[in-house]
Amino acid sequence: MNDIAKKLLKEVTGLDEMPKGAYSIRENSKSLAKQSSENIEIVSKKDNSGIDIIVKPNTKSENVFIPALVTCGGVSDLVYNDFYIGESADVTIIAGCGVGTGDSCDGSEHNGIHRFFLGKNSKVRYVEKHIGEGDGTGKRVIDPVSEILQEEGSYMEMETTQIKGVDSTRRITRAKLKDDAKLVIKEKLMTHGDQFAESSFEVDMDGVDSSVNLISRSVAREQSRQTFISKINGNTKCTGHSECDAIIMDHGVVKAIPEITANHLDATLIHEAAIGKIAGDQMIKLMTLGLSEAEAEAKIIDGFLN
Amino acid sequence: MLKLENISFEVENEKEILKNVNLTIEKGKFIAITGPNGGGKSTLARIISGVLKPTKGKITFNGEDITDLNITERANKGISFGFQQPVRFKGITVFDLISIAANRKIDTHEASQFLSEVGLCAKDYIFRELNDGLSGGEIKRIEIATIIARDTNFSIFDEPEAGIDLWSFNHLIDVFMRMHQDQEKSIVIISHQERILDVADEIIAMVDGAIVRRGAKEAVLPELLHCEDPKNCLNCQDVLEA
Repeated sequence: MNDIAKKLLKEVTGLDEMPKGAYSIRENSKSLAKQSSENIEIVSKKDNSGIDIIVKPNTKSENVFIPALVTCGGVSDLVYNDFYIGESADVTIIAGCGVGTGDSCDGSEHNGIHRFFLGKNSKVRYVEKHIGEGDGTGKRVIDPVSEILQEEGSYMEMETTQIKGVDSTRRITRAKLKDDAKLVIKEKLMTHGDQFAESSFEVDMDGVDSSVNLISRSVAREQSRQTFISKINGNTKCTGHSECDAIIMDHGVVKAIPEITANHLDATLIHEAAIGKIAGDQMIKLMTLGLSEAEAEAKIIDGFLN
Repeated sequence: MLKLENISFEVENEKEILKNVNLTIEKGKFIAITGPNGGGKSTLARIISGVLKPTKGKITFNGEDITDLNITERANKGISFGFQQPVRFKGITVFDLISIAANRKIDTHEASQFLSEVGLCAKDYIFRELNDGLSGGEIKRIEIATIIARDTNFSIFDEPEAGIDLWSFNHLIDVFMRMHQDQEKSIVIISHQERILDVADEIIAMVDGAIVRRGAKEAVLPELLHCEDPKNCLNCQDVLEA
């Protein structure tokens, strides 16, 4: 692994070296290193590129690392990863993608298609960071797709972060929830320059007492554009909430398109969206505490995306 | 300590909000500014803190002309400003804000002490976000805690009592009295509250953008109530005896 790869790995996963337990590290469309643990098996797919991650029932408090790194220009990577989470298992998945094009003028692309099958009463925390680096004009593109199927009583928390660096992203997340299944999605996004990011969610709550909570916080700076689409369908007694909170700066543009559909009398669905520039009185308050204008702005943005 | 000379503030096509205000606040003084709504009190506080620039006049702080200094520069010279309506922030915690105010590395124990001063149980609040989940009274007390944490020689509070319940209000008077014990520090409080006017060294009455009277409570209040014979006026007696 070269220095660019090491740096990207550290930023995506926080790891300085190979982790303990189960992991699969991918670099430039190839598997770089892979290891299973007693409870978590990682198997390469035979028909196309990607892996199956199989977690045994009742596995407790284990981590799986599956970062993908692209360390040069001119790479177009497409990977299919399937996660099979056994009944009552409790795991944390550290995923994410670092695309570094260096000073190359060729763009690079990583598209991960992740499918999650959560067994009954299982619990998954999925953490995904997108990092883009490089000074060249090559475009860094990341288009992730996540499909989530949650069995009864399962819980999934998905935290996704993309702060600058990625020129174009189209994220699609689809989920189907059975009885008592709960899904929490926390998205943090910052775009700048001419970047474009679209995040589209489609959640079907098919099970009684299922719930979804979708929280998006984003900042669009310079000429960047963002679109947030949330479709939530309440097909039975269930609760759904989506919240899109965005700060626009410079000439940034943010569009929020909610679509909440109650197909059942006992479906309770809420959508909230707030888009606007940093409030002037927030800046003034921090300046009266001694911060400069730039420091106040940075503090407000840091807190907002915290 | 603070001197305002011929300060005026006008907004285009509107009436003059401040008219030629002259005011000196000496070191160690506790001054209350009172008067009817729309009299220019809050504008004066904003001009002192640098949020608004006067259209005319000069401001001197500790002998230095600060008229052209911005908000940050004035804050760093030692001017603190407690907002009438405190600002809410998503994602910034009470601890974050108090740390910024203290302008040094503080631990949660020290931050907790500032919260205790304003009657908030620190463990319930220290890591709370300053968002809509806090009530008006809670956020107001946190606002005052940030000014205590700053520990500057000059503090101006714009209606600190607004939105605060009676119990906390009594506590608040103690907070101001403790600050006042330091003879190096000056406190200015914009208030309508009798109890605050009672404990101030002097009262300034502002009406229609001008200071109409400055002095002891007994002298200033009748003026404000437009009373020609305060000794025989029930209104004035009520106010004075309260």
